[in-house]
Order: sequence, then structure tokens, then C-alpha cells
Amino acid sequence: MPHPHRKNLLTSVQMAHFVATGSLRMDAVVPEEMNRQAIEVLDNGIPGVPYGTPLSEAFADSEFVQRLVQLPEVAGAIHSLVGPEPTVDHHAVHIRKANEGEAQNLHGDAIIDVREDAFDVQLMYYPQDVTLEMGGTLSVPGSHLRRTNESDTGRYQNLLGQTRLVCPAGTVQFLHHGIWHGGRKNDSSIDRYMFKIRFNPTVRQVGLWNLEDLYDEEVARELGQTFPWYENATGRLEIYNRVKLWQAITGDDTYDPDYWVTRVSNRPQRVVSQRSVNPHAKKVIA
Amino acid sequence: MTVQQQTLRQQVLVLYLASSALDARVVGWSTYDGTGATSPTTGDSDVPPYATGLDALKDGWRLFQAAQLLPPQPGHEYDVSFLKHEFFFEKLV
Repeated sequence: MPHPHRKNLLTSVQMAHFVATGSLRMDAVVPEEMNRQAIEVLDNGIPGVPYGTPLSEAFADSEFVQRLVQLPEVAGAIHSLVGPEPTVDHHAVHIRKANEGEAQNLHGDAIIDVREDAFDVQLMYYPQDVTLEMGGTLSVPGSHLRRTNESDTGRYQNLLGQTRLVCPAGTVQFLHHGIWHGGRKNDSSIDRYMFKIRFNPTVRQVGLWNLEDLYDEEVARELGQTFPWYENATGRLEIYNRVKLWQAITGDDTYDPDYWVTRVSNRPQRVVSQRSVNPHAKKVIA
Repeated sequence: MTVQQQTLRQQVLVLYLASSALDARVVGWSTYDGTGATSPTTGDSDVPPYATGLDALKDGWRLFQAAQLLPPQPGHEYDVSFLKHEFFFEKLV
């Protein structure tokens, strides 16, 4: 795959948004002509690929998917998040049938994944306008750093500030591998289509985006945001953990705008006390 | 005279609160209906049924379980995982 043009890479503010929320959404980024073609392509199925196939080889038999991942904005986001030549973990076409009576439990994909300096992303493409009734993907902003395993979160039906996706045709969103999500019940009379690809990085994910605005104030604002479902105390730990992730992907372990990491890491080693203040020191008798 | 025995069924409300205090604000919720009259499910509402746990008590829900307060495992003090402040309520109908 060719290197994306710099103007199509994500900005630092967009990356900080991804680190804080676990997602990045691009509305109507896929052209209408492709969206019209998509339903038939997805109905026919996308040929499977072995785990770990390089992206440039994975879709040799699917011209449609090649075009999708080579759209300038999409290719720029993939490069920014996971770097050049990622591998395809797997892909899948998800169809929620009209009036389908079951919602998926809230879950994280695969198994518990606690990598602190690397992450996979999942591209989700919606070729149709998605209404609330069609049961667009439920996701929970800022849940991606929670250490939970797959559907152990199934007990949680609704969380304050959750996202019930409603979007125009051609929307693509990128999700961090750990985000809590699920397909919602489709209460409409229209089948809902979604195509997803999971990407694995093959390089260290450090500074892969457009770094011009690395120290923009908006970066700190993104990283410091909280979400309505966070508990008061745990919400502070969330910011601690996302700052650690930001430090890992920028290579700057001094960046800590709200001081959460620095404060609890401060263990000075310099000793200044003198022997004369030691109460156990032998007294010198003249 | 025939005596009819009525079978009571349980409706369960699970509230997740912003702190361990029962009058803290609701941040998450789930409901299960033992009567079968309703079928609550994942992602079916953006609006919590009550603003606080205490409001659920005022509306007649009976608290039957509250999450314990457990210290973090040594070495895992900064980990985030499940919601900590989980309260189970019931109504018998």
C-alpha cells in the first residue's frame, strides 16, 4: 500500500480523541457510488483470509474492499493508528435482520487484552443510513482500557452516555480492540449491514500520525475528558491510564497535563540528611 | 370455598452508582422482568430509570444486594475493570 499523503493522516487532536474515547468516526467518508454497490457485494460475501495476512495481499480477490481501505481518509487513519502494512486479523460481514429480536450482550472482542503500548483497531463500515430503530452498534466511550474478558460485561444493559450509532451511509468508525460494544436489536423493517476488518500493527505504534499539533491545548482537553458513566474515583484512574497510553505512543513520558501520573510516580532518591542528626550516632567524648 | 395461591414473581433492577453511597447518581442500569411482561435488553435506553439509588427505594424497590468494598490487589491499584458500585433491587409482583 502506498504511504498516505500527510494531509490525510490523523492529527494529534484526533489521535488524542481516539486514546480518550477508544473510537474515531468518519461520517459519509465512503462515496455514494460504493455504498450503492456494497449491499450486493456484502450479500455475496467477502472471501476469507488467513490470520495475519498483510493488508496489501489480503483482499486480492475483493476489488471493493481494496477500494475501501485505499480511500485517502481511510488509508490515512489506518496508517496513523496501526502504521504501514498492518496485517488483517480477520474480517466479517454482520447483518442484523429486519425486526431481529435479539441484541448482543455488551462485550469486548477476542479475549482480555492488556497491552499497554500496542493496540489493534477494528474498522466498521456502514453502507446504509443507520437510524436508531435499525439497531446501530452500541459502544461505550472510554471503556477500552477496562480489563474485562469478552462478554463478562453482559450484565450491563445501559450505561449513561453510551453511543447508539446513528449515522449517514458511508460512515466508517475505528474502534480500539478493547472497547465495550454490541449489535443492538433491529426494530426496523430494513436489514442492517456492517462490514468490519480487524488490523494488527506490525511496527511500534509511536508517532505514526501528523505530529504538527502534538502539544496543542486541544490534545490535553481530549485526554482529560470524562464520561457520564464513569464512577467518580475510577474516572481518575481512567485518565491515568490513558495518559500512560499517550506517553507510550508519543514516546514522551513527561507529558502529563493533569499530573495524575507524575504525582504518584514521585519517589525522590536524593538524600540530604546529615550524620549529625542521627540520634543513634556515637557521641564523641573529649 | 376454594383458596387460590398467588405466585409472586420477581422483577430485578440493577443500578450502578457513581460511588459506594446509595444516594449517589446512577451511571448504569439493567432490568430483568420475571413476569415476562417486558423484555429489557442491551442498549434499549439512554435515560436511567432513577437519578440515584435512593430514588429507587422511594419508588418501592427493595435493596437485596450491594457490592462489597474491596481493596485493590497489590500491584493493580491503577487497573480499571468492572463497575464497582453495583446494587441489586427487587419488586415482587
